[in-house]
Amino acid sequence: MSERRSQLFGVMGEFSTPEDLLAATKKAREAGYKHVEAYTPFPVEGLSEAVGFKWTAVPLLTLIGGVGGGMTGFGLQYWVAAITYPINIGGRPFNSWPAFIPVTFELTVLGASIFAVFSMLALNKLPQPYHPVFNVERFSQASTDKFFLCIEARDPKFDLVETSKFLQSLHALHVNEVKDEE
Amino acid sequence: MSSVTQNLPAGHEPEPWIEPGHTYASVTDKISSVVLTRPLGIGWLLGFAFLFGIVMVLNLAIGWLITKGVGIWGINIPIGWGFAIVNFVWWIGIGHAGTLISAILYLLNQKWRTSINRFAEAMTLFAVACAGLFPLIHTGRPWMAYYMMPYPSTMGIWPQFRSPLIWDVFAVSTYGTVSLLFWFVGLLPDLATLRDRATNRWQQVIFGMLSMGWRGSARHWHRYQSAYLLLAGLATPLVLSVHTVVSFDFAVGIVPGWHTTIFPPYFVAGAIYSGFAMVLTLAIPMRKAYGLEGFITLRHLEQMAKVMLATGLIVAYGYFIEFFMAFYSGNKFDVFLAKQRLHGPYAPFYYALILCNILTPQLLWFKKVRRNIPALFVMSLIINVGMWLERFVIVVISLTRDFMPSAWGRYSATVWDYATFVGTLGLFTMLIFLFVRGLPAIAISEMRELVHQDSHGNEGHQ
Repeated sequence: MSERRSQLFGVMGEFSTPEDLLAATKKAREAGYKHVEAYTPFPVEGLSEAVGFKWTAVPLLTLIGGVGGGMTGFGLQYWVAAITYPINIGGRPFNSWPAFIPVTFELTVLGASIFAVFSMLALNKLPQPYHPVFNVERFSQASTDKFFLCIEARDPKFDLVETSKFLQSLHALHVNEVKDEE
Repeated sequence: MSSVTQNLPAGHEPEPWIEPGHTYASVTDKISSVVLTRPLGIGWLLGFAFLFGIVMVLNLAIGWLITKGVGIWGINIPIGWGFAIVNFVWWIGIGHAGTLISAILYLLNQKWRTSINRFAEAMTLFAVACAGLFPLIHTGRPWMAYYMMPYPSTMGIWPQFRSPLIWDVFAVSTYGTVSLLFWFVGLLPDLATLRDRATNRWQQVIFGMLSMGWRGSARHWHRYQSAYLLLAGLATPLVLSVHTVVSFDFAVGIVPGWHTTIFPPYFVAGAIYSGFAMVLTLAIPMRKAYGLEGFITLRHLEQMAKVMLATGLIVAYGYFIEFFMAFYSGNKFDVFLAKQRLHGPYAPFYYALILCNILTPQLLWFKKVRRNIPALFVMSLIINVGMWLERFVIVVISLTRDFMPSAWGRYSATVWDYATFVGTLGLFTMLIFLFVRGLPAIAISEMRELVHQDSHGNEGHQ
């Protein structure tokens, strides 16, 4: 590992309660930092707004998946029963649409669910086995009971010394540099 | 709801949903240690060995079935369905409680779902796996099962989409897929917890891969919650549709006793009824064995007992309406079938069903019974038996006593029927055994959220 060059990804402050983290995140944004990210062991209300994240495409993509699934379901049945393989049963219409509703419904739900899950994973850029924040040893606590705020080096206002001091001033328990190995 | 809680006089506060004194770290420790550090006890090993033996019986039964054909079962015209369909409906019904707990109670903001949703969802998956097995092997030629899927075959034939049996294929496979997705999404943050707390290389690698690099960033959580809420909203109508479609297998046919409109709602209620019974059957030993009484409290058990009572009453109403409609319709075949249930050769099953499903749960009106753990456990077993008898009564009595006396028959199961059924019971329980030791049986991140809400005076949703 030693021959690998490492560069700075950001500075990370550790907090012990979600309230402290939320307050610190808001202050960091007020101080003009734009590239901030907060890490928590459970969802904290208001935190995504605090880091400046307001809109996600997951619901829209889910809708698209649902509509697509439903149209596929009905289209498939119509095509099979009325066009490619019509069977006359007692003179009933080939396009007996009420009988096609259950499968249409199931495929709507299936399409929407698959889109909901995979759009969530894709937009979160998962699977992603490596991320610089994992280089911080204390970060393993982020999935148990500690709350982290990371100000990233790509932020125009970022300065290693100044930003570290800023995090100290927010009463972070620990402040760590986050290294990115290339 | 918080104001209501605060205005209650002293001594009337509801019991907490989690033992007081727990912190984020203590719930994490307690639940993850079952997976990560607890050694395999002799009890678990013996239990697993026994269940593995039963799964071998299942393999034998299926192997013999494939060798000889469905003639080794007790089915013959006029009884083409027999145990296979009884067991299919029973298993798929059991799965429904898992989805109800994880999806419907989530939409209703019921906090008590938190400590039971994970293993109830696992129960759903395993029950659906057992259920799916039966129609598959009942086809007689399971290696041809892909005929049920719409695919462009060289024979130029397609499935008959006007048949409830094809609806079933789509309903059950969608249900299995969505349940699996829902379960996995719920597991994702907990897998990351296990990755970070892994005590050896194997755990690190396995949980590291499964958790996909979850970091718990605010953006992650935002999309995650959005997807989870949408899945809950999608799974809610899905779970109602699945047993509705299963009931269509019967209700769309013209066989007396099947052709009624009460079937869909009463099947769904029965499914949830038997599912909650199975959740109790599993939860009571599990909380004891792994010391999880602080998470799955007496209040949880009582709550589940109340759901059982409510759905049990809906089922009782369904039985009553079946009878009422048979006589009200004046259809002589329906009237005859209703009388056959009371006086026919299978009448003892019907009376046993009334005893198990209608009379026994009436004890749940009493708080003393709802809070008596052994009584609840016994009752949950009785209700499971009762729900199995219900499906037996529906399948067998109608098929043995339809329109023409010349077409009547009798049904009795063979040793292979029993071996297959007991085999799936073993498979289900073995999978539960593996699950409780391989994955967190309680949703850790949701428990942390519950600790957070409790520490803030119930200000969160109630």
